[in-house]
Amino acid sequence: MQHNEVIRSMKTVTLTLTNPSELLLEGQNITPDNFAAKKAAEIATLDVWEGKQKGPLGNYFTVAGDGAATAADTRIVLRGDCTRVKRIGQQMTAGEIVIEGNADMYIGGWMKGGKIHVKGNVDSFCGIGMEGGELIVDGNAGHHLGASPRGEWRGMKGGLIRVAGSVGNDTATFINGGTIIIGGDADIHVSTHGEGGTVVIKGNAKGRVGGQMVKGDIYVYGTIENPLPGFKMVGEVEQEVDGETALFAHYIGDLGERHPISRGKTVYANLYTRI
Amino acid sequence: MSELLIKNGFVFDPLQGIKGDRMDIGIKDGKIVETSALENPKTIDAAGMTVMAGGVDIHSHVVGPKVNVGRLFRPEDKLFKSPHKSPTCSRMEMGSSVPSTFKTGYDYARMGYVFVNEAAMPPLHSPHVHEEIRDTPIIDNAAMPVFGNNWFTLEYLKNNEIENNAAYTAWLLQATRGFGIKVVNPGGSEAWGWGLNCVHIHDPVPYFDITPARIITGLIETNEHLGLPHSMHLHCNNLGNPGNYTDTLESLRLAEGYTPKNNFGREQVMHVTHLQFHAYGGDSWGNVESRSKDIMDYVNAHDNITVDMGQVTLDETTTMTADGPFEHHLRALNNLKWANVDVELETAAGVVPYIYSPKVKVCTIQWAVGLELALFSKDLMRTFITTDHPNAGPFTRYPQVITWLMSRAARDETMKTFKWLDRTIESTSIDSIDRELDLYEIAQMTRAGPAKALGISDMYGGLAPGMDADIAVYPLNPEDMPSDPAAIEKAFSRCAWLVKDGIVTVRDGEVVSEPAKRTIWVDVKVPENAQVQRDIYEHFLRHYSVKLDNYSLFEEHLHNPRVIEVNAAQ
Repeated sequence: MQHNEVIRSMKTVTLTLTNPSELLLEGQNITPDNFAAKKAAEIATLDVWEGKQKGPLGNYFTVAGDGAATAADTRIVLRGDCTRVKRIGQQMTAGEIVIEGNADMYIGGWMKGGKIHVKGNVDSFCGIGMEGGELIVDGNAGHHLGASPRGEWRGMKGGLIRVAGSVGNDTATFINGGTIIIGGDADIHVSTHGEGGTVVIKGNAKGRVGGQMVKGDIYVYGTIENPLPGFKMVGEVEQEVDGETALFAHYIGDLGERHPISRGKTVYANLYTRI
Repeated sequence: MSELLIKNGFVFDPLQGIKGDRMDIGIKDGKIVETSALENPKTIDAAGMTVMAGGVDIHSHVVGPKVNVGRLFRPEDKLFKSPHKSPTCSRMEMGSSVPSTFKTGYDYARMGYVFVNEAAMPPLHSPHVHEEIRDTPIIDNAAMPVFGNNWFTLEYLKNNEIENNAAYTAWLLQATRGFGIKVVNPGGSEAWGWGLNCVHIHDPVPYFDITPARIITGLIETNEHLGLPHSMHLHCNNLGNPGNYTDTLESLRLAEGYTPKNNFGREQVMHVTHLQFHAYGGDSWGNVESRSKDIMDYVNAHDNITVDMGQVTLDETTTMTADGPFEHHLRALNNLKWANVDVELETAAGVVPYIYSPKVKVCTIQWAVGLELALFSKDLMRTFITTDHPNAGPFTRYPQVITWLMSRAARDETMKTFKWLDRTIESTSIDSIDRELDLYEIAQMTRAGPAKALGISDMYGGLAPGMDADIAVYPLNPEDMPSDPAAIEKAFSRCAWLVKDGIVTVRDGEVVSEPAKRTIWVDVKVPENAQVQRDIYEHFLRHYSVKLDNYSLFEEHLHNPRVIEVNAAQ
């Protein structure tokens, strides 16, 4: 009953991309936070950027439905081909976004809460600087998934990113917390400079996994084409990961890096490869 | 031509001893004039407001290669952190601790500042410094080349050749269009080339076999031999380490017996910068404590020294200094990214981001030390407000520093946020100080004093007829000072009016025009010196990576110069 009440109180705003932009569209205003307490007509006046031109959202999308009173109760559904719409859900704190097809870069960047579900593929920089919430991608993701923004040493702090397909390079750079689960393969550089958090790769990894990593966990179910010499095998362990238990070879590293000492014990990053 | 009358404001001008009198200030053709000289002026109503000369910053890192390294390697310093979007300025503003050149000019102007002295110019990279000066709008700039680790300087001073060193100094000021003699960790940055440092002033520099102490006294002698407008400007050895106050006191004592010789009204022979970083007791980070009292007792008793604070503002910022070994040391403390460079025969530099957190005991002690220096000072014409921008905090936090100095309540409010309040109080004197500075003292610390110490008080820092018409009007009534310290901070953040060279530049905190800015440099005439000319030729032939012909600044790099001429040829 409780659950049904929650569903009933949610309101859905449907954006349909009927007039696609010529250039990439910057859609950082497409968040439940910005749509909450606004009527459809007001939502259509929110700014989006096409190159250096600022224009109303309504120039590109038809807007149906009003926002709920709060971000948490606002659900946004994007229809049409959003392959060239960037920054959807950037800095969102609550609510839900469903993207029916593909989306471009920076989806869910710096998000703090709520949920984004992309049914297609996303491009690079998705979930960067993430602090909380969930980003679910049914297809593939590009580079820098869940990484820190350029220059920033305080990367992903929390939340969950789940990509069913494969990802590009530089996943989870400077990860500090949170979880990234990749159903397919990962290209080079995973959790570089990591200081916490968990990355699970259910397919294969190319190489440079955990370079300069100080703390945190990486699980690779498949093979690592070029493992780093800075990781040393210390044993075999049984671990439960994403709801299933399996046997893993346990490595610690990156031994070329400084490592903090906590309660008299040196803290290392853990790399587990499935046996 | 253009005439302005700033009417009925409360005027604070320490250079003339004016303490909040209600006065009118006349402006004609970019200069301050007697009001009787005006015919048909436009009027600015400053009733109920504070009127001061435009601010003068004696030490700030705003232009040049290491500042730009800070901008380049900290893109995160711009992300979601460029808070002020001006409705009036033509150029985009970016960055917080290392703002873009445009933002630097605009933000200084909004705070009522008109003159900023770039604290360290690597001579080899002077073209870059001057290109950024050109791109920094509104504020007039000078830049001090660094001498304390320069091979020429080390060799001449080792041999006690003051005249030769003076001739070289004059040549370098001309070659770089520099303003004065800056000394950063004398000998230490050169020792860094061997992976070493000069922690104490009697540690000899490797190879050159000269001590920091002799570099300091030699450069004081050189400075007074030439009679430069500004004094030798010193960043002491052993910056930022527990127990370094003894090294600082030893450095200060080196000025004993020297008297200023110049025609610019300067009364000191040594300016010691960001003193906060040099006033620590204890012997580890565990027991570090404030020694500001010992330092200021000495400074108060010796009027041939001026100092600036280097106040920690408890922000995330970017440290950058020609003190290469210090930045390496800092990198090892915080494990953040680090840039490092060696500048051939001249200097070095390092850049490391730093977070001064109210949750960290060392940071809150540093905060207290800086404020104590000013609050223990008996002569605020010799004690200046700086944050060693951006090392201890961004210059945009000066209004907060002013507020801490003017209000015990503001200090208490900040101290409430300290995680280690008791430990901070135990290790410092801040909690026992009730002193609150007044607007006259703030005017001393932010315009009159620095202008005098820089030897430019005939142009900047005051409101006497004949001086540049640089005037800041703050929305602050001295007869009805706000009880809320936040209101003081707000007033100094956004001046009601800034007039620069007689042109209304800021109105209600927004930049409304961009008057032509200037580059101030010092051109010293010295007798022909064949020995030095030959040394310069030889060093460029054998050691520099550039040819002598390509070294000196080309005229096209120099933007709108204002030359201060000094004749040391007699």
